[in-house]
Amino acid sequence: MKKTIAGGAGSAAGFEVALPHPRTSQPAPALTRFLENEGLLAAVLLAPTVLLLSLFIAYPFVMGVWLSLSSTSVGNPGEFVGLRNFVKAWNDSIFRTAFGNTFFYTFWATVFKLVLGMWLALLLNRHFRGKRLVRASMLLPFIVPTVLSTFAWRWMFDPTFSVLNWLLYQGGLITTKLPFLSDGTYGLWCAIVVNTWRGMPFFAITLLAGLQTISPDLHEAASLDGANGWHRFWHVTWPLLKPVTLVVVVFSVIQTFSDFQLIYVLTGGGPANATHLLATYAYQIGVATGLLGEGAAISLFMLPVLFIVVWVQLRYLRRLEGA
Amino acid sequence: MVIEKRWKTWVFFYIPLAVFVVGTLFPFYWMLITAIRPDAELYRSWRAATNTPFWTLQPTLEHFRDLMAKTTFPRWLWNTFFIAVASTLISLFCGLLAGYALARLRFPMAGTLGTSIFVTYLVPPTLLFIPLADIIRNFQLGNTPWALILTYPTFLIPFCTWLLMGYFKTIPKELEECARIDGATRFGAMTRIIFPIAVPGILSAGIFAFTLSWNEFIYALVFLSSPERKTVPVGVVSELIRGDIYFWGQLMAGALLGSIPVALVYSFFVEYYVTGLTGSVKG
Repeated sequence: MKKTIAGGAGSAAGFEVALPHPRTSQPAPALTRFLENEGLLAAVLLAPTVLLLSLFIAYPFVMGVWLSLSSTSVGNPGEFVGLRNFVKAWNDSIFRTAFGNTFFYTFWATVFKLVLGMWLALLLNRHFRGKRLVRASMLLPFIVPTVLSTFAWRWMFDPTFSVLNWLLYQGGLITTKLPFLSDGTYGLWCAIVVNTWRGMPFFAITLLAGLQTISPDLHEAASLDGANGWHRFWHVTWPLLKPVTLVVVVFSVIQTFSDFQLIYVLTGGGPANATHLLATYAYQIGVATGLLGEGAAISLFMLPVLFIVVWVQLRYLRRLEGA
Repeated sequence: MVIEKRWKTWVFFYIPLAVFVVGTLFPFYWMLITAIRPDAELYRSWRAATNTPFWTLQPTLEHFRDLMAKTTFPRWLWNTFFIAVASTLISLFCGLLAGYALARLRFPMAGTLGTSIFVTYLVPPTLLFIPLADIIRNFQLGNTPWALILTYPTFLIPFCTWLLMGYFKTIPKELEECARIDGATRFGAMTRIIFPIAVPGILSAGIFAFTLSWNEFIYALVFLSSPERKTVPVGVVSELIRGDIYFWGQLMAGALLGSIPVALVYSFFVEYYVTGLTGSVKG
């Protein structure tokens, strides 16, 4: 007696024909009875996930805290030194710069991504020819490996052959080359530009999904009442879009605050350590120099901020579920 | 529809949209044009009268040829592909089971577990890479593909679980109840009734997970050391720059070739990808 389920691997439409008597290949009775228990089945299903996550997230986390309190370096097991690594980092001027840069970078990149992403979402929400193609191509910066696209930007910011300098020069806006990556302040702003370029599509597409759930009737009604474009956005669209915006901003803040690859490729933290973020400085101390304890301490400085952001997010989710 | 004057449509719609399109795509065009430009033209003086930065009259495939023949680039492509597929499969397997358990089963600690999986979703890799490098060394996994295949799921599983949990919640409970009345076991109802229906959700999660692991950088940078073991992003950064010299033609050819596979996967499954992307933040 062999039966197979029609449309087993098919689409959602396939299941209607299914629902046969799936009694066919029963496992051993003992195992069956075991898995009929909801709690035990849940334990079995969750085991692989819990195992992997505790091995490669929880354990490293505990280990990271231990490392940050020790003087471990490569090839030297080290000993407990209390908070000395944290104090040392705090008194280090490069660390102070990196710390400030991280906030500066996160703040401005998030503001730009939000404003431009919202604008782009509003544009893409209209009907025009080639809409699907434009929408699909807008996500490209987000799809492509960040490291590789950042290389293209680095080449565009090249001190000698920068195409952007060429454009500005030909346009009569500058007479000498701008020191894009050879000056600390310029360098950080360049990183903010690249981060905005990369992250804006994520905002745009997610906000667009939010926009599409807003009924056009609401805008119709508002414009009959005499509301202009800006009023319609501010009093109709924005309030309805606030929840999804908050979630997107939280995700983006976490990613931007802990960013590594963009700076690593674009400036490498230079010139003269002026553009380090916490993550790149932790890499330089922990991996490139081999001072594991100090590196771990530097990356743990990210924790309070991440903690606050996650807490806000969880509270917000709770409120949604409660409502 | 709200009716607008013609010039207004241009000023408020077409021109801004065109600026967005050009700004978004220009770096890719620049990658392409650099990759096919001969070296002699690439490093021509900034103010030379003959400078034509936006096109080239002598396109060449020399940079691509060098990249494929003189470097281990093909090897990196294969490594990246293998690691991305393996870690995606592991994450889908774990996420599917965990997502089902959290969406459907009642058991003690369900809420706590759900929350902690969500919190691990928000832990960025840069927080843990130093202790993790130590652990990888202790497990004798350093410089092997397994170092990445086993650690990428740490950021993929929470995402897959979260997305699939949401998907399972949209499937009516009655379907399973019918199957159980017909004599299906709990396990059977899950694998034969619910999982097949969830295929679109699985596909979304899989596509998104694949692109995430293709793009991952810091773990690959820290855990791998020998050139022939590297993934594309790490190989391009660490092997194509010799000393302080940047071979821009080759670098851009590598950036282009390293981007094409994900761009292709994406273009075939745009809708699924977008579902995955928007689902990843919906919560």
